[in-house]
Amino acid sequence: MKELKLMKGNEAIAEAAIRCGMDGYFGYPITPQSEVLEYLMAEEPYKRRTGMAVLQAESEVASINMVYGGAASGKMVMTSSSSPGFSLMQEGMSYIAGAELPCLVVNVQRGGPGLGTIQPSQADYFQATKGGGNGDYKVIVLAPASVQEMADFVQLGIDLAFKYRNPALILSDGVIGQMMEKVELAEQKERLTDEQVAERCPWALTGKKPHRGHNIITSLDLDSSRQEKFNEKLQAKYREIEKNEVRFEEISCEDADYIAIAFGSSARLCQKAIDLCRAEGIKLGLLRPITLYPFPYAPIEKLAQRVKGFLVVELNAGQMIEDVNLAVKGKVQVEHFGRMGGIIPTPDEIVAALKTKILGGK
Amino acid sequence: MANIIGDVVIDIEKCKGCGVCMTGCPKGVLALSKDVNSKGYNFAMKVNADCIGCASCAMICPDGVITVYRAKE
Amino acid sequence: MSENFDRPEIRKPENLIYSRTKVLTDNIMHYCPGCGHGTAHRILAEVIDEMGIQNDTIGVAPVGCSVLAYNYLDVDMAEAAHGRAPALATAIKRLNPNKFVFTYQGDGDLAAIGTGETIHACNRGEKIVIIFINNGIYGMTGGQMAPTTLEGMKTATCPYGRDISIMGNPLKMTELVSHLKGTYYVTRQSVQTPASVRKTKAALRKAFEYQKDGKGACFVEIVSSCNSGWKMTPVQANKWMEENMFPFYELGDIKVDGELVK
Repeated sequence: MKELKLMKGNEAIAEAAIRCGMDGYFGYPITPQSEVLEYLMAEEPYKRRTGMAVLQAESEVASINMVYGGAASGKMVMTSSSSPGFSLMQEGMSYIAGAELPCLVVNVQRGGPGLGTIQPSQADYFQATKGGGNGDYKVIVLAPASVQEMADFVQLGIDLAFKYRNPALILSDGVIGQMMEKVELAEQKERLTDEQVAERCPWALTGKKPHRGHNIITSLDLDSSRQEKFNEKLQAKYREIEKNEVRFEEISCEDADYIAIAFGSSARLCQKAIDLCRAEGIKLGLLRPITLYPFPYAPIEKLAQRVKGFLVVELNAGQMIEDVNLAVKGKVQVEHFGRMGGIIPTPDEIVAALKTKILGGK
Repeated sequence: MANIIGDVVIDIEKCKGCGVCMTGCPKGVLALSKDVNSKGYNFAMKVNADCIGCASCAMICPDGVITVYRAKE
Repeated sequence: MSENFDRPEIRKPENLIYSRTKVLTDNIMHYCPGCGHGTAHRILAEVIDEMGIQNDTIGVAPVGCSVLAYNYLDVDMAEAAHGRAPALATAIKRLNPNKFVFTYQGDGDLAAIGTGETIHACNRGEKIVIIFINNGIYGMTGGQMAPTTLEGMKTATCPYGRDISIMGNPLKMTELVSHLKGTYYVTRQSVQTPASVRKTKAALRKAFEYQKDGKGACFVEIVSSCNSGWKMTPVQANKWMEENMFPFYELGDIKVDGELVK
């Protein structure tokens, strides 16, 4: 039965993980996402609910490699972290992508670089969407803008991960992770049995079977021509993901003269900025990318044919704006507004930025 | 008491000629051939008929290329 | 052609004493002639064969010379990032408790870059078998200093011999993990003579039997030669190992049934 609850974003992720039949969570504490592991340890799903394994690893390096191992055996596994910890996971992300394994990773972003700050940020956009680790690979990136989406994207993320045998990432931030909202939780799903896992993942390490040779999970091929072929296969998969999985939301775009483009918590701020603008007669709309990879280039390009300008609002120095520019192709003005170091702008600041940068002080 | 006789079969294509088997053989049965296999290794070969089928050579062969038989004469 | 000493009359199935286990694939191993990896692979495969657990075993290969172990061992296997095999094995075992799970790692993988993963997997008492090949050198990358390189031993990155005042001391990882509560069976063996191979095989069997019984982490070090890295013939290398490695890396059981015996 579905259930309504008031929860933190981080708690919603944890609860949704149990409910979607996740087999294992491996993580390491870091602010502002520690509630994911805390919630799971308090719930003890391995004893009291689904039998899901939960383990506090010795590091983020170990966590992501536990995810690698679990995913290699065909199980539904996940980890979560925040920016500095997610940086430590990049080696594992690259191996998992290279070995074509499904898994779910959550990054509740905080300010950087380095140890940075524990306050919210969106400065890991490049790292999340452009690779992060070594080699040509892509991770499916979902950007939740509410506690509801924190919960919903656990199921969506793991489904996409298995559909494409590719890691999926929920790129959240300290605002969405820490804030409390009403959330409708999905019904409890049964975890798959070992037999179901072996059937669903014939490639996985489930023990050699009479009808097949031994399965090998690796990202290594020392033969360059085969490795190039494999890379071509990966790229073909990414083109398929780009064709099928673009997700975005448009708010008040129908009659808009100007469009804000923002994801996650920035998109929530922009929704208020739309109200403020429209009260003054400025027709502002919002395009919110839900998937950051694949990025919604086409809908932005379409809007560029009829609007007067775009304001890209991000909690960083200007990262997603590069993708917006790729979509707009210089047709109209594209400006960036962002705060850094964990500062969250007010909707008024966004309106002011729109006025000074695009409306020319009007 | 019956005599124990043995024989070893060496997969010479997989042998790398490391010579470790020779050190394990108590009867001096094995030596490296002057001939080479397709990889260019001087493979192991028998130089007498004294094999007792103790399998010591097979036990330390890193490439698992030795098969051992033993029978009572 | 030399004289033929074959005895085809005794080559009958009932006289077969020893043949290559089916748990090894037919692939020719890429290891250098005389390398201990081949022997270690073979006896590991024999143990899996003799226990009848080929279809219930999942292995994790490291980065290093044995990175391609999965091409030779005919069981389901993953290839880990450098040093991370115990982390993979932790999750594989916890999510598949009925499977036999092992890692196979060299000294660089297990005792340098993967020290953290090794210690914590052992300390948690993960019910896995860790097989540790220690040859005191980085073979794959061309013979550089390992954490286990002996004092005074020459490698590509300590060409005048390991100077412990600058490069630190050789690390006895096996003694170290034996002091962790989570380890149940810790032993150091070798594979250079028929007798030592038999002992090591028995140790591996014991480790897998313990896993069957749900005991804690089992850690089997195999001191091995790296004749290419040491720049010796295989036979010389085995002799050098006995004379130089064994006095520092003493062979024998260190912990049995969860109790220190040394």
